[in-house]
Amino acid sequence: MSEAFDVIIGLEVHVELKTASKLFCCCSTAFGAPPNSQTCPVCLGLPGVLPVPNSEAIRLAVRSALALNCQVRPFSKFDRKQYFYPDLPKAYQISQYDQPLAEFGWVTIHPSGEEAKRVGIRRIHLEEDAGKLNHLGQRLGDAVGSLVDLNRAGVPLIEIVSEPDMRSAEEARLYLTELRAVLSYLDVSDLRMEEGSLRCDANVSLRPHGYQGSLEELPRVEIKNVNSIRNVQRGIEYEVVRQADMLKRGERIVRETRGFDDSTGRTYSQRSKEEAHDYRYFPEPDLPPLRLSPEWIEAQRTALPLLPDAIRRDLRSRGIPDKDVEVLVLDREAYEYWKDAAQAFSDDRLIVNWMLSDVSRLIHLRGETFATATVRPAQLVELLKLIQEGTLSGRMAKDVLEAMFETGQDAQALVKQKGLSQITDEEALMQVVNQVLETHRHVVADYLSGKEKALAYLVGQVMKLTRGQAKPDLVNRLIKEAISGSQAVSS
Amino acid sequence: MSNRLWTEEAVRLHEMFVAGKVSCEEIVQDHLEHLAAVDPGIGAFLHVAADQALAQAKEADRWSTEERQMRPLSGVPIAVKDNIVTQRMPTTAASRMLEKFYAPYNATVVEKLYAAGGILMGKTNLDEFAMGSSTEHSAFHPTRNPWQRDRVPGGSSGGSAAAVAAGMVPIALGSDTGGSIRQPAAYCGIVGMKPTYGRVSRYGLIAFASSLDQIGPMARTVRDAALLYHVIEGPDARDATSLPLTASPPTRSGPWRIGVPREYFQEGIDPRVGDVIDRYLRRLSDAGHEIRDLSLPHTRYAVATYYLIAPAEASSNLARYDGVRYGFRCDARDLVSLYERTRDEGFGPEVKRRILLGTHALSSGYYDAYYLTAQKVRTLIRQDFDAAFNAVDFVVAPTTPDVAFRFGERDDDPLKMYLGDIYTVTANLAGLPAISLPAGWVDGLPVGVQWMARPLFDNALLDAAQAAEALMPPFQFPQEVRE
Ligand SMILES: [Zn+2]
Repeated sequence: MSEAFDVIIGLEVHVELKTASKLFCCCSTAFGAPPNSQTCPVCLGLPGVLPVPNSEAIRLAVRSALALNCQVRPFSKFDRKQYFYPDLPKAYQISQYDQPLAEFGWVTIHPSGEEAKRVGIRRIHLEEDAGKLNHLGQRLGDAVGSLVDLNRAGVPLIEIVSEPDMRSAEEARLYLTELRAVLSYLDVSDLRMEEGSLRCDANVSLRPHGYQGSLEELPRVEIKNVNSIRNVQRGIEYEVVRQADMLKRGERIVRETRGFDDSTGRTYSQRSKEEAHDYRYFPEPDLPPLRLSPEWIEAQRTALPLLPDAIRRDLRSRGIPDKDVEVLVLDREAYEYWKDAAQAFSDDRLIVNWMLSDVSRLIHLRGETFATATVRPAQLVELLKLIQEGTLSGRMAKDVLEAMFETGQDAQALVKQKGLSQITDEEALMQVVNQVLETHRHVVADYLSGKEKALAYLVGQVMKLTRGQAKPDLVNRLIKEAISGSQAVSS
Repeated sequence: MSNRLWTEEAVRLHEMFVAGKVSCEEIVQDHLEHLAAVDPGIGAFLHVAADQALAQAKEADRWSTEERQMRPLSGVPIAVKDNIVTQRMPTTAASRMLEKFYAPYNATVVEKLYAAGGILMGKTNLDEFAMGSSTEHSAFHPTRNPWQRDRVPGGSSGGSAAAVAAGMVPIALGSDTGGSIRQPAAYCGIVGMKPTYGRVSRYGLIAFASSLDQIGPMARTVRDAALLYHVIEGPDARDATSLPLTASPPTRSGPWRIGVPREYFQEGIDPRVGDVIDRYLRRLSDAGHEIRDLSLPHTRYAVATYYLIAPAEASSNLARYDGVRYGFRCDARDLVSLYERTRDEGFGPEVKRRILLGTHALSSGYYDAYYLTAQKVRTLIRQDFDAAFNAVDFVVAPTTPDVAFRFGERDDDPLKMYLGDIYTVTANLAGLPAISLPAGWVDGLPVGVQWMARPLFDNALLDAAQAAEALMPPFQFPQEVRE
């Protein structure tokens, strides 16, 4: 791009932690319960209640921070972020302000055709979620009332704040995708954007070439609460064009918060900076500072699983093509499926090929995922072994796989049932070959005169007569032998 | 009354009940009758739970001797300050905001009282949300000082102090953020203790200033205060700031080295109060204790520090009263006016004054100058005491610079009222235990003396206070309640 500015993007990602109970009380965090059924005096903010930190939430937050290459502070504290809103029962959110849980991390992204790039993580802090308002009426403007549901109030979140290191919507997409992949291997969150367990706000500003000031001073637009990675990308793309047009027209970009409209692909103004809050942060007096021993932090680091970059190296070393490696790494369920299969089968690439073509097609068709797929990795391996030992041809295996998904039965059983199995008996096959050569003499003649394609035709005819049960390379050899044999005789 | 059970100490009532000399029902009935006779002229209670108390008493009467013995408060009527939540009685914090509020849970201390067999007689009056030193700032009615009815009982635990002094209950719970137990105890001539911060669970105490609030006992004798204290103390899984129960530090039986901070006798003290304290110190010295002059140099910043930290925390703690979920609500067209009208009509002027002060102190651009600086001075005040306790066992000083004042006397001068807290706020800022004991009289009004100890030395403090109590004449009821 030969534009007169750089795009500066920073992302704030909220991740709901997968704890059984809320951050400061014992209420369940399960999604989808009847409104206000998962509340207690503490998360309702009744008079006299006090918060008690959930140690599991702290463990999951630290685990996330370590996986994202952050330094975990042995001493951090909680603060109150204060504002009035009906979804915030205490009129303050317990969060972490100037001494967050972790800082100075990064995520490596792999833009295609470019070198890998690090996107910095400024900080990760723990905080409690707010409740939810359900507005009665069509739109907020003419709502006749609002119902408050506090089931989500107090659910533990981590906020992951990136450095403004991304330079395009595509880089933002890669960052989010990678971040989600890393977190997915940690078992810290459901990471469902549609249920709100993963939320993203994007800060977008344009830096004119030659700009000398600090990034902080650039007028920044925050796109709030976008519900999918794809829409984050779309929102940023729109915002870049909108701001660029304004700059070209000589207009001033104002610092504001904007929403994203999925149906139009546009962002729209929600709140300008003039209305911005003074949150009056101060240290939460009801909670002692959080002290984590270096030994405990190290123990959490040791307990980390294999993470995407290490998985990539491993898969590549097995000769799996980069494109397939990415698909596996970014979908933990697919990777786990592959891993289970690879334990019982030596041809890593064959597993990947089958997984990413036929298995993938069938699970999508059936609304399953790799985790819930009817055909389990061990069953796929059994099928692949039948191909490897020549019992099934590739084409037959596809049919068998489909039947496996439909019936849930194993490959062996289906092969027996349907009388499928490749004809490997050369004598039996030779009869068919001879029959085909007899009825297609002119094709044989073509082949002999040098037309290589004629051979494929003859093989096809044999396959047709054997209803696909013949092994193609064997047929190929037998036809060649038969032709060269008869030639020797006739000459 | 023939047997006048209401004049008895809690410890005695418990003994008599365990020994089967009197039924719990008799004890409760006698206290209820006395309460009904004297409270109309005093106004100590916001809610009297007569039926519940009698039902509890009847149940207690079915207990075996062993069961009675196991429960240290069996046979003992107790009053609870109305900023401590109770499931079966209203909890108002003396505010319109919570006028009809029933909590769906009990405070940890209330659970402990029930478990110890205590009989909850009702809820006592206070300054709204515990903000005040006179109980005049109750949204419902003032409480009168049992010694002179035209005077305040002190505050904010004025209801509990007056109830105990007038014999309506032998013991009561108060809460102390800047002196709210000790100052009314002093004004009403009784014993009031603020434990070490973290010694007693705050779960269920309606927060005023979270880093300063502490629940404590009020009684007519030190041993009654100790009885109640030992029931309510201890760690609580629901309060992250409560402290683990460590073994009590060894108690010296005396003689003690007693430090007297000279800053507590300078300008502002009523000379007659100063004289009472001087005579009190002489008694201690005559009893063989060593009296030492000492300095707590940052005392003069204590009130300013307190009136930044406490309102700052209060402004945050009271933000939840917004009319959305519970309590008082003014209907309004839109959300912002719902908030504004509810909070305007629901809170009284003193509460609003402190919310404004605190909101300002935490505002962007002022935080460092106010709140942060106050926290630093708080550390200096704590260090003053650390240094003092290297040289002495206890610090002894007046509880208040004056005696109970008349109603309305400080209405137009909140600053004067705030300055009255000068001797008590330091213990809250430093987190240490302090107890106010009767020390003498000025014109028929009680004067209190305050003993302070290093943090966690609550038991040592109670032991010393009990020994010191023996140097003074025993408690006498005010003439008017003696009938
Ligand atoms: Zn809850």
